[in-house]
Amino acid sequence: MEEEKEQVISLPRLGEPAPAFEAVTTHGVLKLEDFKGSWLIIFSHPADFTPVCTTEFMAFAEIYPELQKRGTELLGLSVDSVSSHIAWVRNVKEKTGVDIPFPIIADLNKEVSMLFGMIHPGQSKTETVRTVFIIDDKQIIRTILYYPLTTGRNMDEILRIIDALQTTDKNGVATPANWRPGDKVVVPPPNTQEGAEERTKQGYECVDWYLCTKKL
Amino acid sequence: MACVSPDGKPTESGAKMLRALKSGLATPEEIAKDAGLPLFRVRSGVRELVEAGLAALEGGSYSITDTGSELVQ
Repeated sequence: MEEEKEQVISLPRLGEPAPAFEAVTTHGVLKLEDFKGSWLIIFSHPADFTPVCTTEFMAFAEIYPELQKRGTELLGLSVDSVSSHIAWVRNVKEKTGVDIPFPIIADLNKEVSMLFGMIHPGQSKTETVRTVFIIDDKQIIRTILYYPLTTGRNMDEILRIIDALQTTDKNGVATPANWRPGDKVVVPPPNTQEGAEERTKQGYECVDWYLCTKKL
Repeated sequence: MACVSPDGKPTESGAKMLRALKSGLATPEEIAKDAGLPLFRVRSGVRELVEAGLAALEGGSYSITDTGSELVQ
């Protein structure tokens, strides 16, 4: 009896380098390394010419200028062909007037989907679920979001995460719940008893030594 | 191919990159700025131009070939 072997692929994790790939896209053959120096959002959708995905693509196109201001590029992905992607993008433009300015990977052989863990058989064995991978300018994975097939993504939250991560990198701080640019940020808590004693005397707004905030 | 058509001629974005190369620009960063294209598009595009024999890569710098030069004004 032939033994069935299942290939185990390690899924990408936060803080690790994004898996390298080379893929056919609507903007030609692109490699992950082509995006080095920019932040990158790779996002997957279940299929072209489907309603929720169409609303998402229009929403991603709407925030694209804001993402560019933050040095961030977008790269879509589904297991459809490049011809299907082109036809869909043209149809969206024709029917809604919205231009989709970013490339979309045609992952027919599911190579990139498997690398990034975008297929969840419990949801669909043939389609990618709605994933969002935020990759920084050094090509390290900084955020992973998974959405079910039936729930469209929230663009405000994606922009907010980019703002939060870039604020953290620039200022060495953390951001509290529901943080928005301009709000107070969290000062990293001290990790010694001496530091804890001093923290509340350092001019920050503190609930206690472990929760202090400041304006940037 | 995004920068080279099946007939071997450059597309609009390919021609922009070739013109930048012809003007003496040699790095994807310089070409992206000159052509008004995203850097990732230029990195991918110059790779295509090299594969098609319209540009050459030597020591990390790109240049236009005679064939490429003939295709842009």
